[in-house]
Amino acid sequence: MIPVGEAYWLPVIFIALMGLAFLLYAVLDGYDLGVGILLPHDEESQRDMMIASIGPFWDANETWLVLGVGLLLIAFPSAHSQILFHLYLPVTLMLGGLILRGVAFDFRAKVPPHDKRMWDWAFKGGSLLATLSQGYMLGLFVMGFEQSPAAHAFALLSAVCVTAGYCFIGAGWLVMKTEGELQRRAARWARIGLWMTTLGIAAVSVVNPLTSANVFAKWFSGPFALLLLLIPLVCFFAVLVADRYLAQFPFADDFGCWIPFVAAMVIFVLSFAALGYSFFPYVVPGRLTIWEAASATESLWFILYGAMIVLPAIIFYTLYAYRVFWGKTRQLTYY
Amino acid sequence: MLDTFLLSRIQFAANISFHILFPSITIALCWFLFYFRVQYNRTGDEVWMRCYRFWVKIFALSFALGVVSGITMSFQFGTNWPGYMETVGNIAGPLLGYEVLTAFFLEATFLGIMLFGINRVSPRMHTLATFLVAVGTSLSAFWILALNSWMHTPAGFEMRDGVAFPLSWWQIIFNPSMPYRVTHMLLASGLTAAFLIAGISAYRLLKGDHKPAPRLALKVAVYAAAVLIPLQVLVGDMHGLNTLEHQPAKIAAMEAIWETTEGAPFTVFALPDEIDRLNRFALEIPGAASFILTHDWRGEVKGLNEFTDHPPVAPVFYSFRLMVGMGMLMWLVAWSFSWMLLKKKTLPTWALRSLVAMSFSGWIAILAGWYVTEIGRQPYLVSGVLKSHDAVTSVASGNVGLSLMIYLTLYAVLLTAYIRTLFVMARKSVLVDRGEDMVTLQERHNPLTQTGDVAGSAEKTGAAL
Repeated sequence: MIPVGEAYWLPVIFIALMGLAFLLYAVLDGYDLGVGILLPHDEESQRDMMIASIGPFWDANETWLVLGVGLLLIAFPSAHSQILFHLYLPVTLMLGGLILRGVAFDFRAKVPPHDKRMWDWAFKGGSLLATLSQGYMLGLFVMGFEQSPAAHAFALLSAVCVTAGYCFIGAGWLVMKTEGELQRRAARWARIGLWMTTLGIAAVSVVNPLTSANVFAKWFSGPFALLLLLIPLVCFFAVLVADRYLAQFPFADDFGCWIPFVAAMVIFVLSFAALGYSFFPYVVPGRLTIWEAASATESLWFILYGAMIVLPAIIFYTLYAYRVFWGKTRQLTYY
Repeated sequence: MLDTFLLSRIQFAANISFHILFPSITIALCWFLFYFRVQYNRTGDEVWMRCYRFWVKIFALSFALGVVSGITMSFQFGTNWPGYMETVGNIAGPLLGYEVLTAFFLEATFLGIMLFGINRVSPRMHTLATFLVAVGTSLSAFWILALNSWMHTPAGFEMRDGVAFPLSWWQIIFNPSMPYRVTHMLLASGLTAAFLIAGISAYRLLKGDHKPAPRLALKVAVYAAAVLIPLQVLVGDMHGLNTLEHQPAKIAAMEAIWETTEGAPFTVFALPDEIDRLNRFALEIPGAASFILTHDWRGEVKGLNEFTDHPPVAPVFYSFRLMVGMGMLMWLVAWSFSWMLLKKKTLPTWALRSLVAMSFSGWIAILAGWYVTEIGRQPYLVSGVLKSHDAVTSVASGNVGLSLMIYLTLYAVLLTAYIRTLFVMARKSVLVDRGEDMVTLQERHNPLTQTGDVAGSAEKTGAAL
């Protein structure tokens, strides 16, 4: 049953806020996880530079995950327990990965030189483990936590796809923030990442409506079917632009170094919007709607008042921080 | 075979114990950094900036460990304690939400500017960034302790169909034990950071560091500890009286008072026996417990016999004694060494050695204190509202055992690496001599150019402090 009044739209606002938090997480921590996965084993100076490029940001980026999970916990407590019950082991692995890479970032700069290499491996391995687990969890979520070999196979596909996506956006970030040999290398990584991401998205887009009649109906028979066609079209356009740009890289005067990163953002936003549209109003696909899972309206109001004041401030000072560190990452004096 | 309940409790205890180590340093360390930065702005004396430079690196490392172990916490509620959010989610959710919104983003974002932005922003902005990170860490402590206090002394809510609904957010946040717990924890963090700064600085002096920075940092830290410790004892006493009023069973367990007594003795040491419900080998001061708790030598103190559900006695009893003992030791050290510093300006080698030994004394006191208060709340998760046993997950015990093993291994490795790295950093800074430390004007105004905080530039520029 769908309620009316504030009991109807408060959960809608909160699912939108939560979606925003997870989307920002995927874009922001996505690029720094991607940079971690891409760390090369041969060139130490490139590793230093890559890590320096994400240095001032990764902490705040990871906070969006805490906010996303926090909003799930605050606004939809029963969904929070159901989802995390099904994801117990992948969550543990993801947390292990995030812990490893988070601390490796600091340890590598402070330990004796011979230990530094080990922490670089921990950084790369931790980033990869966290990313694979996130993709796997996304896959299980999309399949409604179904316990079948097919569902797990889909989750594996999703894990690879998310990893490719993070590598792509991470490489896009490096094309934007670095110069010289590393930048050219990043452009090659970006192109591979781009194609793997595209294949992954295409596979998910085919499998998802085929396995769920509900999703199929939403995309192909609704009144907005034509309008919805814009999502794959714009997505395809972004892929095309990024591919053409990367194929002809480098350009004089570093022309358009932001293009791959922005294209990646566009693809992330659209894929995320498509997923969101497919499942709304379910917070646990096929089982629990946002209205069934929502917490007391008193609690939602209390947090919404605060969020309306604090969120703009967060966005403001996040933009300020990005402005402070605008432009190319500088070698050795990163500050 | 351990069941899911016990494994989940061990896992939660392991996670939160590991986590609290780092905030207990960073909450106060950032205020020390702010003090260093302001002193530098005020006096222009380089030595303050060198203190900042050295300690900001340790802050960054501790902060990173705090962040990653904190993320684990936010998942634990759902993975292991679903009953907690299902019962009191309407209260706990918003308080956790406010912590994320008002504190986490603030500290994480301005930390970037604080660590890497000094060449890119004005000195005033950099000072402000340091201030905001300090505010963020303290705010974070405020919200989480408000929630924790509510779990001890719940107020401002009503139960409908087994679910807690908020009535007054003011009463929820400013619940009876909150002011005492927040103050007690902030002071504890101050002491933890002070003894860490004193210990590492003493280590540098012992390793032959003749620069003025470690001497100054040591002085600031020892004096700070000398001021904080009597305050802490006072607040601790008030906190205890508040607990007596709201959670008498916890006090009875802390003092191992089995039967309600008038003129109850203070048990200095004993082996509490849960089965026969008595203390073996007790060393007692007659009437002292009544005096401390009721300020009357013959006052009546409620015993454990009054409560059907009371916490396990031995762990609460021992932890309390460990915390108090550590506090007394800190008091002795802080005051006697302050006196020496005032009289003679330096400390003898044995005093420096004791400070090195005391580097992590704050951790011991804080963990012991938290064990007292948390085990003292059992068998309840939320006093009188929800029992721990009713909140646990139905995940198979094998999975919980596996995740527990992963966490424990990770934590053991990280704790070893952390402590080792602190001393490695201290030794590295000894090798840097002063002349090299102030090469160019630009670097003079840029405390982080040579820190090597990222990318190990320390080896290349040859300077760590």
